[in-house]
Amino acid sequence: MASNRDWTWFYRLGSPRWFYETTGRWLPWLWALTLVLLVAGLVWGLGYAPQDAKQGNSFRIIYLHVPVSFLALAGYYLMAIAGAIGLIWKMKLSYMVMKSAAPIGAVLTFLALFTGAVWGKPTWGTYWVWDARITSMLILLFLYLGVLALQYAFHSQEAGNKASAILALVGTVNIPIIYKSVDWWYTLHQPATIKLTSAPSMHIDMFQPLLVMIVALYSFYALALILFIRAEILQRERKAAWVCDLALRADQGSAGEDKE
Amino acid sequence: MSNIGFSAYLRRDLLLSYRRLGEAASPLIFFLLVSILIPLGVSPDPQRLAELAPGIIWVMALLATLLSTEGLFAADHQDGSLEQMLIAPQLLALPVLGKVTAHWLVTGLPLTLVSPLIGLMLSLPAVATVPMMASLALGTACLSLIGAVGAALTVSLRKGGLLLSILVIPLYIPVIIFGSAAVQTAVDGFNWLGPLSVLAAMLCAAIALCPWAIGGALRLVSSN
Repeated sequence: MASNRDWTWFYRLGSPRWFYETTGRWLPWLWALTLVLLVAGLVWGLGYAPQDAKQGNSFRIIYLHVPVSFLALAGYYLMAIAGAIGLIWKMKLSYMVMKSAAPIGAVLTFLALFTGAVWGKPTWGTYWVWDARITSMLILLFLYLGVLALQYAFHSQEAGNKASAILALVGTVNIPIIYKSVDWWYTLHQPATIKLTSAPSMHIDMFQPLLVMIVALYSFYALALILFIRAEILQRERKAAWVCDLALRADQGSAGEDKE
Repeated sequence: MSNIGFSAYLRRDLLLSYRRLGEAASPLIFFLLVSILIPLGVSPDPQRLAELAPGIIWVMALLATLLSTEGLFAADHQDGSLEQMLIAPQLLALPVLGKVTAHWLVTGLPLTLVSPLIGLMLSLPAVATVPMMASLALGTACLSLIGAVGAALTVSLRKGGLLLSILVIPLYIPVIIFGSAAVQTAVDGFNWLGPLSVLAAMLCAAIALCPWAIGGALRLVSSN
């Protein structure tokens, strides 16, 4: 019996209703945490951190660029792990996590590329370079788009879930290979005009706000993911009794407000 | 009896290709035809062509393989023989590997054999001919295996072809990097065995891993 009880949390985790209700209680706190961290990190980083000796103020985009790039990569692994859990334990919720992580990750990857391009113009004098890391990020974007496209290509949700989970897993095996080969390719074709010297280690005054921004973006990611998953839960479970109840109550609530 | 299903499916698919030779030859014709576009579109200057040749040949080989991959499981899915393969009691990976091997023998191998001709037309230096053929032989086998994963995932979709290329091209990138690098290092007069061994390593990994992914994809997707 004891072993049964140990696993209840795991089974509960698979219940969309439990997830919906629990995260409903977390949401206000998560919103507050995200906003405070984002505002603090941005004001500190953009307003108070010292200027860079060589790049001046343009380096400040690092406070967005670096955390966003971190999450773009971490998000792919989260998506793939969620897909694997769905394939192995056939958990409804983990497919919803996977499906929700794909668009967020794609947008974050795009943002990482975009902020990189904006940063590249004043520092390197060009928006785009075939640099190893930039190229890898571009490939990551296409990996995300592939998972997204496959998810929506099937009429049956079940088939879409399973197919994109397999693709995400295949992509996970490939990501290290792609990164290594792009790295190798870059050293072979290194363009002569742009020298990407290794970044000097950051001064502590610049690093602290960056740390805050990284935590802030992680918190933002959690918030966005939970909101996406909640919307996905409502859509997929729309025929479940508790969702109908919820909709009915929300309807009555708004009707009551209208009368007042 | 250790290769249950492998040789049977290999023989069956080769026989099917032999009966529809025109269809089987189309990737090859595509490969030749598109290579003609490059001198017409870019420049017939031998020096510039020689510079571009390793990359062009590899990109064309990749596209030709990709185009032929779509049909890998499509006919079997339509006539129901895919279901027969799935419900058979033996390990699914072996028949799958047999089908992919047949696909490579029909597309990758002819491309490899014809490539010296294209190398000649694009004024690829003669020293690079052997490395090009070796890298194409290993590389197209990788491409067939990786492409088959995408073909299995999209087999039940009516218009899966374009989606297939979106899914598979990012996964092709390491192969084309090392494939064209092997040719380029040979042109530059260096030892080209390095990139070629990496290609061989990739092929080993793909042979070990891809059949499982293909089998899993076929099982999951076709059951819906």
